[in-house]
Amino acid sequence: MRNKNIVALVGFGFFTPIVAFAQEAEAVAPISGADTGWLLISTALVLLMTPALAFFYGGLVRSKNALNTMMMSFVALGVSGTLWAIAGYSIAFGGGNAWFGDFSMAFLSGIGLDANGSIPDLLFVGFQGTFAIITAALISGAVVERMRFTPYILFIGLWGLIVYAPICHWVWGGGWLGSLGALDFAGGAVVHVNAGIAAVIAAKVLGPRKDYGREALLPHNVPFVLLGAGLLWFGWFGFNGGSALAADGIAALALVNTLLAPAAGVFVWTLLDHFTTGKITAVGIATGIVVGLVAITPAAGFVSPIGALILGAIGVIPSYFIIKWRTKTSLDDSLDVFAAHGMGGIMGALLTGMLAAPAFTANDPGLFFTGNFGQLGIQALSIGAVAVYSGVLTYIILKVVGLITKLRAESSDEGIGMDLVAHGEEAYATGEGAVLLNKNEAPAHVNGL
Amino acid sequence: MKLVKAIIRPSKLPDVLRALYAAEITGLTVSNVRGHGGEVEVVETYRGTTAKMELREKVMIEIGVSDSFVDTAVEAICNSAATGSVGDGKIFVLPVERIIRVRTGEEDMAAVTPIR
Repeated sequence: MRNKNIVALVGFGFFTPIVAFAQEAEAVAPISGADTGWLLISTALVLLMTPALAFFYGGLVRSKNALNTMMMSFVALGVSGTLWAIAGYSIAFGGGNAWFGDFSMAFLSGIGLDANGSIPDLLFVGFQGTFAIITAALISGAVVERMRFTPYILFIGLWGLIVYAPICHWVWGGGWLGSLGALDFAGGAVVHVNAGIAAVIAAKVLGPRKDYGREALLPHNVPFVLLGAGLLWFGWFGFNGGSALAADGIAALALVNTLLAPAAGVFVWTLLDHFTTGKITAVGIATGIVVGLVAITPAAGFVSPIGALILGAIGVIPSYFIIKWRTKTSLDDSLDVFAAHGMGGIMGALLTGMLAAPAFTANDPGLFFTGNFGQLGIQALSIGAVAVYSGVLTYIILKVVGLITKLRAESSDEGIGMDLVAHGEEAYATGEGAVLLNKNEAPAHVNGL
Repeated sequence: MKLVKAIIRPSKLPDVLRALYAAEITGLTVSNVRGHGGEVEVVETYRGTTAKMELREKVMIEIGVSDSFVDTAVEAICNSAATGSVGDGKIFVLPVERIIRVRTGEEDMAAVTPIR
């Protein structure tokens, strides 16, 4: 988020409990119609990224788990969206201290239509809510095809409140990383490093799928993967462009950078594919798009367009090789959430510390412009802090949820597929041999008819 | 010469193929089929419509073998396809009148001998 808005926001959050009513009467800053219009659209664009992610992930799994995988994203729309309004927003953007917001705005108390920056306060809540939703959904890629659905819901619910909201507070809500001058335009650390590390821990705690390393577990619908990647890119214009919190030059810069960095990223990815395997793959291009988008996220409004091209080109390289290496290890981060989001986010955050241009940032510009490592150090610190907090808390949450209910499906259920086992639906049901059941004809093992 | 026709769980196909290859049985045909073998019915609900799925997804493997390979094939499939629950499948062994290899016109035994 942009600095002037952080200041406005921190001030607002801090004084909310006392001056909420006074402010209504005063109506200090005017609301800009243009800014509001762009943020209304951006909010809808970012929301679309979660169904897009469902297609991206859904295409990458076997057909017997397609619905379950897509549901893991879709259910976040309900769970994480609701919890954001109940408490998440207040934890993230409430005054509190440098580490944690407060509960003064729980249940959106005191949030009205007055200006927060130059947009209605409520719109800011909604825009930020879409970020909370997709961040939780991103983690699901590490646990697909084996995690039971109920513990998954519990996990992402708790994770949004205990991990996402505080980290969001550190960086954007007036917390210590923001005050330190960490540059994270739209969520390189808050969203991507955070979800990437959580994914590794979740994959470790869950353990590999029963057939992992024994059988080839292949994508069942590559066109879905491309569709998802394309829609993610579309939505990302709101993610990064909207994070300017205004319809201004910085929004234009962020949007164009969101066009250029993934373009360069995909270009490099195709070259890597061509020169390492001899074939340029569709799943590869889809992945390259996502990694390029992740890499530009923290930098979108801070780097020049040429900086974005460089960032996208360099930013995707480690992810390419980590994906190749990871599949040979015992770490079943099934859809490579760490390689794509964790590593992409780390590269993006570090490259922001090098490429942030003096013209576009009020904080210390990057290494290449100043010759000193100040901003790069702050970026590295923000990555480290987010990684440690997210990793430890993700582990604890999963262990606690595991005490309440079993995290993993039975091995036999894993064989049948999570669609039938968890949801009693099939992605590609033919309907042949289906017998309509009426109330008194249900077999003994069927409930709730 | 016999035709070994095995109907198994789709999730067991990789295991069965591995076992067959290990037993040096490499010529086979696989098809996706639907069938019912007395297992507990699956119930699915789409909006208000609840249905009992009487037919389950299965995989059928057909292998033309010489008589001496029948037991090897049956054993390999049985050992690799079993889970112990109802619905593991069936193996049928049928007599075969003639086998012709299309490429060479070789017949019978020669036609089912693997290519080295």
